[in-house]
Amino acid sequence: MSDLETLRQAVIDGDWKTAANATRNAIAAAVTPMAVINCLMPAMDEVGRRFDCEEYFVPEMLLSARAMKASMEIIRPLLAAAGAAPSARVVIGTVKGDLHDIGKNLVAAMLEGGGFEVIDLGADVAPERFVETAAARNAQLVALSALLTVTMTSMKTTIDAFRAAGIRDKVKIMVGGAPVTEQYAQSIGADGYGESAGAAVTLARKLVMQ
Amino acid sequence: MTTLSQWLAHGPLVSDGAWGTELQKQGLPPGTPPDLWNLAHPERVEAVARAYVEAGCQVLLTNTFRANSIAMDGDLAAINRAGVAISKRAAAASTSGQVLVFASIGPLGKLLSAGEIEPDAAQAAFAAQAAALEAGGADALLIETVSDPVEARLAVAAARSTGLPVIVSFAFDSGRNRDRTMTGATPEAAAAAMLEAGADAIGANCGIGIEQAIPLCRRFRAACALPIWIKPNAGLPRMVGSTAHYDVAPEAFAAHWSALVEAGAGFIGGCCGTTPDFTRALVRARCASS
Repeated sequence: MSDLETLRQAVIDGDWKTAANATRNAIAAAVTPMAVINCLMPAMDEVGRRFDCEEYFVPEMLLSARAMKASMEIIRPLLAAAGAAPSARVVIGTVKGDLHDIGKNLVAAMLEGGGFEVIDLGADVAPERFVETAAARNAQLVALSALLTVTMTSMKTTIDAFRAAGIRDKVKIMVGGAPVTEQYAQSIGADGYGESAGAAVTLARKLVMQ
Repeated sequence: MTTLSQWLAHGPLVSDGAWGTELQKQGLPPGTPPDLWNLAHPERVEAVARAYVEAGCQVLLTNTFRANSIAMDGDLAAINRAGVAISKRAAAASTSGQVLVFASIGPLGKLLSAGEIEPDAAQAAFAAQAAALEAGGADALLIETVSDPVEARLAVAAARSTGLPVIVSFAFDSGRNRDRTMTGATPEAAAAAMLEAGADAIGANCGIGIEQAIPLCRRFRAACALPIWIKPNAGLPRMVGSTAHYDVAPEAFAAHWSALVEAGAGFIGGCCGTTPDFTRALVRARCASS
């Protein structure tokens, strides 16, 4: 098997060690970083397909995203050195009062795999921390997660904090999580809603293009 | 374990409804872990427990869902013991017969099957919580809203070491038909794993509406002979301003009582979106059918 075939299979299998080794071997054999990326994307598409077919569930998605991330970490500096455009920066976190981070971790890993630079603030993040971090790190995107109906209102508080700080127009804000709907996202003034981790990556790409 | 079947000897039992939203009505700020109130505002937690007892529930849970060392910080042993004590006080005030106190153990919030936490740490967290709940005097331990059979096995092992009856209730909210847990387990797989682990009852809560609970219940019954615990949501929430509204009315919810009993349910209550009015409706449905 070629290094890229091994890498593809390792991502699908969720084996981050093999994915990292295959990436190093490929680079040593003069495979370009772009070729590695062009291998990772269809591998994650296959993972997404298996998720849609109920072959894979959240744990398998997490492991595959981790394998993809292990490969991306090796090639990202090479891409930067080659003068590739730096990817957009995302600040992500679970909103204040909500300690659930499984969904947020999955979206963070998928965004990293999708080429974004991800600043993960963790769970139970106060609105001011989102605002301060986004401003200090010059992030283009902010991604908010919530699992509970009782904490999803912190999403609105967070968006309002960006408005109060006068930097609402400097960032695009996307929201997601079990109780969140498109309608709710619109009602609180978010720029977009992602129904799944895969949809979040597509949405993030769309938002940074705007 | 004969205790559960003794409790169920006179027919299915009504368990309580949601606590988090009721505690918010008592002034719990959104984002504050409700379990902290067992020490900070025990009288307000007891008001919620009493409301369910007054509504006629026969099984009352405890405000201890998150009180494990992975999910939150604090004096967890005291929080767990106080949680049981509060529910026992409310249960003792019942004027309509015995109310059992089943102590709530929620998931850790970290996925074992994705390597986010080590099995030893998970089992230790469950063991500490189970021991505190048993010391508080719970009648049984309820491991609820779990998704991962691997995590549930560790929880059952920890809970069984107390000698109390152990009920395990999974959240089915994933897959096209919403009949898988987040980690992909089917009712059949969950039942097989829990039989092997030595659980005394199995069930489903949260995740689903009450209509979807009926086929889940049938599938559990086909897969095992354990008593079945059912505690569905009052449908899906709809946000109006900053509060979640559930559109299913108590009577419409309780109208599914007979179908659930026929499908094999032994314990029926409500999860997110339900209130003491739902408990009253379930009690009426139970009386009407017996």
